[in-house]
Amino acid sequence: MTSVAFLLLCAAALLGVAVLAVACARAYAATPIVYGATLVITLAAAITSCATLVGLAAPAGLVLPIGLPWIGAHFRIDALAAFFLATVNVGGAAASLYALGYGQHEDEPHRVLPFFAAFLAGMNLVVLANDAFSYLLSWEFMSLASWALVIAHHHDPENRRAGFVYLIMAGIGTLALLLALGLLTGPDGNYTFEAIRAGTRTPLTAAIVLVLVLIGAGSKAGLVPLHAWLPLAHPAAPSHVSALMSGVMTKVAVYGFIRIVFDLAGSLPWWSGALVLAIGGLSAVLGVLQALMQDDTKRLLAYSTIENIGIVFIGLGLALAFRANGMEAAAALAMTAALLHVLNHSLFKSLLFFGAGAVLVATGERNMDRMGGLIHRMPVTSFLFLVGCTAISALPPLNGFVSEWLTFQAILLSPDLPQWALKVMVPAVGGLLALAAALAGATFVKTFGIAFLGRPRSNEAATAREVDRFSLAAMALVAMLCLITGIVPGYFVDAVTPITRQFTGGALPLQANLPWLTIMPAVVSGSSYNGLLVFLFIATSAMLAVWTIHRFASHAIRRGPAWDCGFPDASPLTQYSGSSFAQPVRRVFMARTSATHEEVTMPAPGDMQPARFSLVVSDPVWTWLYQPLAGAVEFASLHLNHLQFLTIRRYLSLVFFSLVALLLVLAIWS
Amino acid sequence: MELISALLVQSMQMLLVLAAAPLLTGFVRKVKARLLRRRGPPLIQPYRDMLRLLKKEVVVADNASWIFRVAPYVIFATTWVAAALVPTFATGLLFSWSADLIAIIALLASARFFLALAGMDVGTAFGGIGSSREVMIASLAEPAMLLIVFTMALVARSTQLSAVADVLSTSEVGLRVSLGMALLGLIIVAIAENGRIPVDNPATHLELTMVHEAMVLEYSGRHLAMIELAAAVKLLLYISLIGCIFVPWTLAEPDGSIAAHLAGFGFYLAKLAALGFLLAVFETAIAKMRVFRLPDFVGGALMLGLLGTLLLFVSRSL
Repeated sequence: MTSVAFLLLCAAALLGVAVLAVACARAYAATPIVYGATLVITLAAAITSCATLVGLAAPAGLVLPIGLPWIGAHFRIDALAAFFLATVNVGGAAASLYALGYGQHEDEPHRVLPFFAAFLAGMNLVVLANDAFSYLLSWEFMSLASWALVIAHHHDPENRRAGFVYLIMAGIGTLALLLALGLLTGPDGNYTFEAIRAGTRTPLTAAIVLVLVLIGAGSKAGLVPLHAWLPLAHPAAPSHVSALMSGVMTKVAVYGFIRIVFDLAGSLPWWSGALVLAIGGLSAVLGVLQALMQDDTKRLLAYSTIENIGIVFIGLGLALAFRANGMEAAAALAMTAALLHVLNHSLFKSLLFFGAGAVLVATGERNMDRMGGLIHRMPVTSFLFLVGCTAISALPPLNGFVSEWLTFQAILLSPDLPQWALKVMVPAVGGLLALAAALAGATFVKTFGIAFLGRPRSNEAATAREVDRFSLAAMALVAMLCLITGIVPGYFVDAVTPITRQFTGGALPLQANLPWLTIMPAVVSGSSYNGLLVFLFIATSAMLAVWTIHRFASHAIRRGPAWDCGFPDASPLTQYSGSSFAQPVRRVFMARTSATHEEVTMPAPGDMQPARFSLVVSDPVWTWLYQPLAGAVEFASLHLNHLQFLTIRRYLSLVFFSLVALLLVLAIWS
Repeated sequence: MELISALLVQSMQMLLVLAAAPLLTGFVRKVKARLLRRRGPPLIQPYRDMLRLLKKEVVVADNASWIFRVAPYVIFATTWVAAALVPTFATGLLFSWSADLIAIIALLASARFFLALAGMDVGTAFGGIGSSREVMIASLAEPAMLLIVFTMALVARSTQLSAVADVLSTSEVGLRVSLGMALLGLIIVAIAENGRIPVDNPATHLELTMVHEAMVLEYSGRHLAMIELAAAVKLLLYISLIGCIFVPWTLAEPDGSIAAHLAGFGFYLAKLAALGFLLAVFETAIAKMRVFRLPDFVGGALMLGLLGTLLLFVSRSL
């Protein structure tokens, strides 16, 4: 059996599990059975796709006689698809393992179980599809399955609103993709990707396709300014689904972007890279700034996804710009960085959402201002969450640093680009990326420091209990993968080499042969980084310091009350809260913008009323883009309303005149 | 034989960094005191302080977690590893290829990450204020530092520190506008990162303007010694960095004779003394800034870094 057939079988099995779950979701043992089944299936699919990626199984295609009559459904697996399938299924397996424990706390499992399996199947099918029709069908299936999961807890009006916004945005996204693929197939209407690849198109068409894909895939991935749904919808779903949506589904959108823009659309002009770069840089900084302002742990993580997707698109934009100028080696480096960040983000974002879910189970809270001191009550969760925080803050020796380092190296190769616009833009984007990296560190100091450290701010936090073993095992597994990707990045760089060779024409030199598993990305620059040695150095010197001091100096320890300059206050409310921690950064970066609104009510002298301070943090994209847009739509619908009350005669003349107008346009056009 | 001598130079440098760091701190304090017409503590006072702290028992707050006890060692280890990657008196460090300038910045960021967490661990208002201000300053200083690294990397075509030093010591580089901007930016970043006046005052306690001291308020004994040592090593690291990038001619070559190494060592001490003296003069001459004026100061470094990088993107020879 070829790998593609096996993976299709896995997807079919997942669909079967979904159907089965509909039938027996209310049964007692439904939760462990469904999640156990998805765990086994995704694990098998992950192993197969990894084997395909490293070349043990050959890339293969398959045509199934389903779907459109006489055309059939085309499926194919190549290196790119194998890489993304591995990401999808590793994330899926981890989420299934986590849900074996977490799912037990679900009040209405019949609203989650069927859609969870269907969602996994949909994501697998999107990546496997090899013709426009099955691609769009799977895409829409994936969107709808995830929508059903977003409104799983529909009793909360906020979740219903999130579901509504998500449905609209997903609809617009699919429409844009439909138009993009329609433009690519052209009037002949040959749906297979092979035929699209073989076709030629004008630069204008290619440009329109790029913009449409940026809207279609970008809205799913969460690029600014199409991200508005993401911080609403991702936190609304159950935590293991949030992990899948943030860690994995956004990656399927990245896959869609790479597949259409790098593969199907053919060669693109240089400014396509500039456009993608600009959007990526903006997403990175605006995403992380908003993340830092959030006090809801899951919403904070969702905003941080926007940042990381921005970093991925910075890499992809650089790759496009380099490719358009024939700099294959540099394009390969930029694309490797983007792909590695795809993998890394799927790992640590899953880990962090699992952690947030564990805290939610233990305390019933998503608001970090009601947490605190959880490190004492949930030691294992907090350690694993800390690993995720250090990884996402791009600290060595964990994996987030590797992909950011590679992106920086790609940026440093770009002064050789001939276009002036790019020469000015790339350093600015480099600055934005550096800013995003530093702010990400601040964001996760805040997340860990407020939620897990300090003193408990509520009763629930003070009496929290460690979560079950399945959840802990899933988190430990993903944390382990984060560490492995961080200390031996060379193997992962080598694994994506076939992809860069296919889409950029270049490839990084083989890394696995370098001494001590160093990575040295480009022949032109001598820069190198060795995660393993850095890890060993830190560990050795810390051990050395501990041993020397405890052996030769003192190891006495005494517990006492906190010092706090002699005035320790017993109330935990005197601690810094989430928004007070973010206040200095808020004042530096966001003062006097529409994103924050502070109000101080100071009573008159002699008045016994307390002074009040209120802070509203909002996403400026709502006021700048969505509200005017909604206003325009409302205006248009109000004024077009009287078209509904015309006589037959007027309708006929309207039809006639529009026909004439369209024919005129067509005549002038050609 | 070559490996042994390389290993010797590497371990010499690591120990030198550790041994010289408190001396540098003591030297700066002494010069500052003399400039204020005080006698000042003796040069070896930081060593005495550290030994005394190491011998004392530590007092840990009742609700402190393991982060509080582990953080000092992590902070020290990451700072020390970062410092060991900076050439002090000789280039061609044995392990210099294992991490470049970007990794050195990230290692220092790790140290700061854990220091900020340690500040929040006990749950006091002072710790929170220190941590939140530290990350605010870092959110400007870190990108500034990265852009300065970009500037140097674009001149040297590598982010490897030894390669940068090699290229900058050749005569074809010459005087450049971009490197001047990088130097100015690097000095600002060094002042901000080390918590010196006008960003933070290393001599204050019990003042609402403090940053670093507020985070480490709860620390005592050997933990405090580790943090103080890490802070001293960090100051030494930045001064070595400025010395090795902008005065690279005095570094001994890897295949140089013992005499060359000794000369390099002497020059290194002279560089430390000169830059330490300048730091003390600067600190004496300027007043501490309000916290929310800092973004203007550190943001200046960010702009300088961006401008330097931009110039090099426009032309490699600027």
